[in-house]
Amino acid sequence: MSLPRDLLLRAYRQMKTIREFEERLHVEIQTGEIPGFTHLYSGQEAVAVGVCEHLSNQDWIASTHRGHGHCIAKGCDVQGMMLEIYGRRDGLCKGKGGSMHIADMTKGMLGANAIVGGGPPIAVGAGIACKIAKRGNVAVAFGGDGSANQGTVFEAMNLAVVLKAPVIFVFENNGYSEHTGASYAVGSGDIAGRARGFGMPAETCDGSDFFAVYDTMAKLLKTARAGGGPATLEAKTTRFFGHFEGDPMLYRAKDEVARHREQMDCLRIFRERVAKEGWLQTTELDAIDGEVMALIEKSIAASRAAVPPSAADLLTDVYVSY
Amino acid sequence: MRQISMRDAINEALHLEMARDPRVIVLGEDVSGGAGGTSGQRDAAGGVFGVTKGLLPKFGEDRVIDTPISESAIIGAANGAALAGLRPVAELMFADFLGVCFDQVFNQAAKFRYMFGGKTTCPIVIRAATGAGMNMGAQHSQSMYAMVTGVPGLKVVVPSNAYDAKGLMLTAIRDDDPVIFFEHKALYPRKSAVPEGEYTIPFGEANLVREGEHVTVVAIGRMVSFAEKALDTLAAEGITADLLDPRTLSPLDDETIYESLENTGHLVIIDESPPRCSVAADIAGLVASNAFHALKAPIVQLTPPHTPVPFARELERAYVPGPQAIEAAIRKMLKESRAAS
Repeated sequence: MSLPRDLLLRAYRQMKTIREFEERLHVEIQTGEIPGFTHLYSGQEAVAVGVCEHLSNQDWIASTHRGHGHCIAKGCDVQGMMLEIYGRRDGLCKGKGGSMHIADMTKGMLGANAIVGGGPPIAVGAGIACKIAKRGNVAVAFGGDGSANQGTVFEAMNLAVVLKAPVIFVFENNGYSEHTGASYAVGSGDIAGRARGFGMPAETCDGSDFFAVYDTMAKLLKTARAGGGPATLEAKTTRFFGHFEGDPMLYRAKDEVARHREQMDCLRIFRERVAKEGWLQTTELDAIDGEVMALIEKSIAASRAAVPPSAADLLTDVYVSY
Repeated sequence: MRQISMRDAINEALHLEMARDPRVIVLGEDVSGGAGGTSGQRDAAGGVFGVTKGLLPKFGEDRVIDTPISESAIIGAANGAALAGLRPVAELMFADFLGVCFDQVFNQAAKFRYMFGGKTTCPIVIRAATGAGMNMGAQHSQSMYAMVTGVPGLKVVVPSNAYDAKGLMLTAIRDDDPVIFFEHKALYPRKSAVPEGEYTIPFGEANLVREGEHVTVVAIGRMVSFAEKALDTLAAEGITADLLDPRTLSPLDDETIYESLENTGHLVIIDESPPRCSVAADIAGLVASNAFHALKAPIVQLTPPHTPVPFARELERAYVPGPQAIEAAIRKMLKESRAAS
């Protein structure tokens, strides 16, 4: 059964926006204009979008250090994000957060998080707020295979089960915790299995296939929204770049990324599927590509031209009152 | 006026604020207690010190949440609930357990507002029992407030009596910034006059506990009552002091300390935490930088030694600065100062 056309078009636009945002950042970072270090999401787009297409602004997500994709998928302003990554005054967080701390509560985005395993306990808290409000909202905790080894995540999963909090733990297993393979670092090799051990339903899906992510998430959300407590989604995926920009990726076989770009590109897989099924026209998708490129171009130009924060901004926003 | 214990005063503040504001929730280990027990009795603990007793029967399981022993998840969940619009009061049980959830305290709660460009608040209160004196050993007796006082974005409260504890707790829950609220275990049963109903005590305003002319004594938490005892004795010798209780360490009312020093010229700081990078050292540094001209003698910092908190009664007594040590320190300081002038 086909999904609604507008949903398919939006999902493609979101995935394409994330891809171009990241591929362009990969280029722009080489100029030295962007401060700090950046973790790109290219390759994993189907996970963020397949999950977030189910969520409204009243649903919450907690993100990770590799958070650009989650932010875009949850509706954060793209130019505001780019300005933030450039450290500009008019960035989404006034240039005080940067790539790893983009947040927008009005969109239900609890923040990217530079601490691996920092987000899931926070998502459980937002889930508790949803449970108390009884409006069927949920919280999603994004994490990678690396976070699946953090004790804080285990605490969060158990607490969510104990409290029957409406939280979906989404593990994006991209095969690497920084520079170490998941096949080495995840002892059991089975993240979904761990989740089941905590007493919640867990599903594994192909994270390169938007439809697989979307459908699996739909199933898990049904029980969570109905008060059935938490669930876990393990999406097998890949990242097209290093852990951070500048990572020489000595731990990956020379042809791995090229092979994954060939075989696991979620955008290409999406395009092929909708063409095969006759759900969307190639011309429609090409038109979206053009609009996305223009948006990214405009965001980059605006960020280059934008002013930095002033010295006085250093001292504001520490406290509400002090 | 009626006298109630600090335990009951904080309990009353929680009752009042939960009744007033439906966004306030309480969570932590055993905050109610009895969940999953064989007796079927809930509210079986009301917190290990009984501070949250009676909240569950009144406000229900949605708002009074017993958690597993998972400090990172407790404080993390408080953070997330706060970002989502609630006003959580999380009980950490012992302040020493900051060690198992410090990420959620200093990387998360303290920094959300700044990192997110001022676009959010994180109105949580973390309640934690603090201090030595009960022979609870090195991992249940520390005074850790300096560690959080040094973190921008956090507010730190250390009440010294039941009256202040109630008013400061109401302020803490209503405050839009994250607050760490240290409750000294030895003060829980101590009673003082506490009005019924609501009242708040502002943060950043020291309490001038008593006025005097020879020395300014700054004492924190339980040390306030020890200082009072010492000053009672010294009064018979004609020595009087301004006794200042900062009540909140962040923000800190340093101005009141400087003003007092203009009159006394002598400063004794009594702090139950170890000496290095302590609040005593911080206050001494501030005074040296901002009120050096007022000093007639070197600043005295009276703290425990640079050791973990010991277990044996004799050792723990030797560890905590008691009334006699305070008396002796003040006497010695004034004697040396007179001799020098």
